[in-house]
Amino acid sequence: MAMMMATGEVLGHKKYGEHYHSLTIVAPDIGERVKPGQFVNIRCGEDRSNILRRPFSVYRVHKRGGWASTIEIVFDLQGPGTRYLSQLRGHSIVDLIGPLGRGFALPKRRAHCLLVGGGIGAAPLFFLADELRNEGHRVDVILGARNSGLLLNQIDARRLASVCRITTEDGSAGDNGRVTDILDETIEKCQTEVIYTCGPHPMLDAVTKVAVSHRIPVQVAVEELMACGYGVCMTCVMPLRKPVKTTKESSKKDGGAGEEDAFVYARSCTEGPVFNGAHVIFNGTPDLVSDVELAPAGTPIRQSPIGDLDDELAPPGN
Amino acid sequence: MTNSHHPGTDVGEPDLSVQLGSISLSNPILVASGTFGAGREGSNFIDVSKLGGIIVKSMTLNPWKGKPTPRMTETPSGMLNAIGIQNKGVDHFLAEDLPWLMKREATVFASIAGNTVEEFVRVADKLRTGARGIAGVEVNISCPNLEDRNNMFSHSTTSTAAVVEGVKKALPRVPVFPKLSPNVTSLPEIASAALEAGADGLSLINTVFGMAIDIETRRPKLAGTMGGLSGPAIRPIAVRAVHEVHRAFPHVPLIGQGGVADATDALELMLAGASAVAVGTMNFVNPRSARDICAGISTYMKTHRLTDLSELVGALKLED
Ligand SMILES: Cc1cc2nc3c(=O)[nH]c(=O)nc-3n(C[C@H](O)[C@H](O)[C@H](O)COP(=O)(O)OP(=O)(O)OC[C@H]3O[C@@H](n4cnc5c(N)ncnc54)[C@H](O)[C@@H]3O)c2cc1C
Ligand SMILES: Cc1cc2nc3c(=O)[nH]c(=O)nc-3n(C[C@H](O)[C@H](O)[C@H](O)COP(=O)(O)O)c2cc1C
Ligand code: FES
Repeated sequence: MAMMMATGEVLGHKKYGEHYHSLTIVAPDIGERVKPGQFVNIRCGEDRSNILRRPFSVYRVHKRGGWASTIEIVFDLQGPGTRYLSQLRGHSIVDLIGPLGRGFALPKRRAHCLLVGGGIGAAPLFFLADELRNEGHRVDVILGARNSGLLLNQIDARRLASVCRITTEDGSAGDNGRVTDILDETIEKCQTEVIYTCGPHPMLDAVTKVAVSHRIPVQVAVEELMACGYGVCMTCVMPLRKPVKTTKESSKKDGGAGEEDAFVYARSCTEGPVFNGAHVIFNGTPDLVSDVELAPAGTPIRQSPIGDLDDELAPPGN
Repeated sequence: MTNSHHPGTDVGEPDLSVQLGSISLSNPILVASGTFGAGREGSNFIDVSKLGGIIVKSMTLNPWKGKPTPRMTETPSGMLNAIGIQNKGVDHFLAEDLPWLMKREATVFASIAGNTVEEFVRVADKLRTGARGIAGVEVNISCPNLEDRNNMFSHSTTSTAAVVEGVKKALPRVPVFPKLSPNVTSLPEIASAALEAGADGLSLINTVFGMAIDIETRRPKLAGTMGGLSGPAIRPIAVRAVHEVHRAFPHVPLIGQGGVADATDALELMLAGASAVAVGTMNFVNPRSARDICAGISTYMKTHRLTDLSELVGALKLED
């Protein structure tokens, strides 16, 4: 693991569209190492009222050699943490930990990649698109949001994508509706082989269901509440359908929530935030896990060009 | 970059070593259970051998899955958590974590948990095989007791005594520190029960019961409804608890914890009577907290011309 504590310096802060802010931070050690889908955990001030760091996906990276590489994050104002960040200006010092988490698995051969982003959740997909394009993959994009003001960087999305589709729930830009309304037709039109998605969990769930129905591997980047961001607190877990069948003996009552070995809790900060969508139980209160509608266990996924990320997963714990 | 706090490496660097009962620690700052895993992740930031000690995540007889999410919510100067002791079990600790920690010469405190007295005792039994690498055991009795209508062990003198007695029998030669919950009417009463049952020292405090409600959804913010409050918000409660127990049992070694963020906070707990201090939630914010706190204590010793930290333990001045 290459995570580290770093002191970055703000190179620039700008308003980004109607709602969002962008911070470019000189953080060479992180900039040189970070992969698409990874994130940084930022300390938003020294005072002790809101102590926890805030996690942000890396939106863009500018490698400028060992000394001046920058990372860029985009965010919308939510509460005290993002308000603090929105007040930073050039030369402000930023206390960061990164790069954190497991990023997106990239195709091992040339592939048609469809990137589906919702609202500010699209942030890591831009870094991913840059990287996929550099490696010669075809990139198509669907961006969705409640209204046009909440679409993240339409201009770059159009520039990076062979096909770029926009949806808004109020019809103020692109198609009226949700990303999933046009997902089937886009997959068919673009002959999509891999889907990458990030946004609200109900959207990830819906995109995953469509991907699974097309037998396309789907990589989802989740956002869970995180206290530490580096794997020690166990607050950020996502329930994953257990890839390996365990013996009946190991699933007897041993405290905690009714122990059924149908799922494991994986830390989204270290084993994620990118997971194989087909393994994630999105709306699962795990006590009720058997009631949750899932793709049936072992749903065959089309021969994946990206390999099965989750096969390499370390079992959750600590 | 690496700031060494080895006693004696620099001329004039104060010696931070302390005695916690029979245990010699190179410095008084430990990391608290559940806030540093078993050291692997944290070792990206800090040398685990330089910690006063690492109290590992509580372990149970079999792996525990833990509670549903959300498990955490931030609160003023702290956080509420309801993790449900997600852990891989004592066998995993013995096979994977302990050898890793021993190789790095870390001072290890095993933390054990269970839902029945028997479970605690069976974990302790298993730990005997690893006793060589374990400096002490913390007993996390802030667990629901299935045999007592799910009341927490730590809230009853009889349950506390039963667990401590069983664990002590299984590990007669390892110092045992029951970890007390502050959510009781009389802490000295519980402390007394633990000590009579054979505890070598006490650890206090565990998290403070709390709850938060989302006013939009009208639901609790934690899936577990209630949770444990930790972080700077609870420090005055920890100081009070350590003070109260130290006054009642001045010769009992105490591990103080709760809300420690910097050297001032750690020294406050030592003055109240703690021989060692564990830092918890602040590890999430600053994984190098323990190291930074030691540096601060060094500075304090220099300014106050202290040569022996144990002079501070319980050195609170009271007028009465
Ligand atoms: C891996 C990851 C990547 C993220 N990337 C981005 C990004 O690129 N841009 C962006 O705008 N936001 C991103 N978020 C969400 C971002 O962390 C929150 O918006 C931010 O923490 C809000 O802090 P606040 O103090 O302004 O708001 P508050 O709502 O006051 O925060 C209170 C607490 O809730 C946590 N929190 C609130 N919202 C979220 C959320 N959606 N996910 C996780 N924790 C949350 C905070 O960290 C804090 O502990 C990401 C979250 C994760 C887990
Ligand atoms: C996320 C989290 C997990 C914890 N897990 C455990 C645990 O497994 N066993 C235990 O005895 N205490 C556990 N604790 C309690 C801490 O060890 C510590 O006693 C408490 O948080 C108070 O210290 P602090 O305010 O410095 O965090 C946990 C605390 C937190 C915040
Ligand atoms: S945020 Fe602490 S383990 Fe993931």
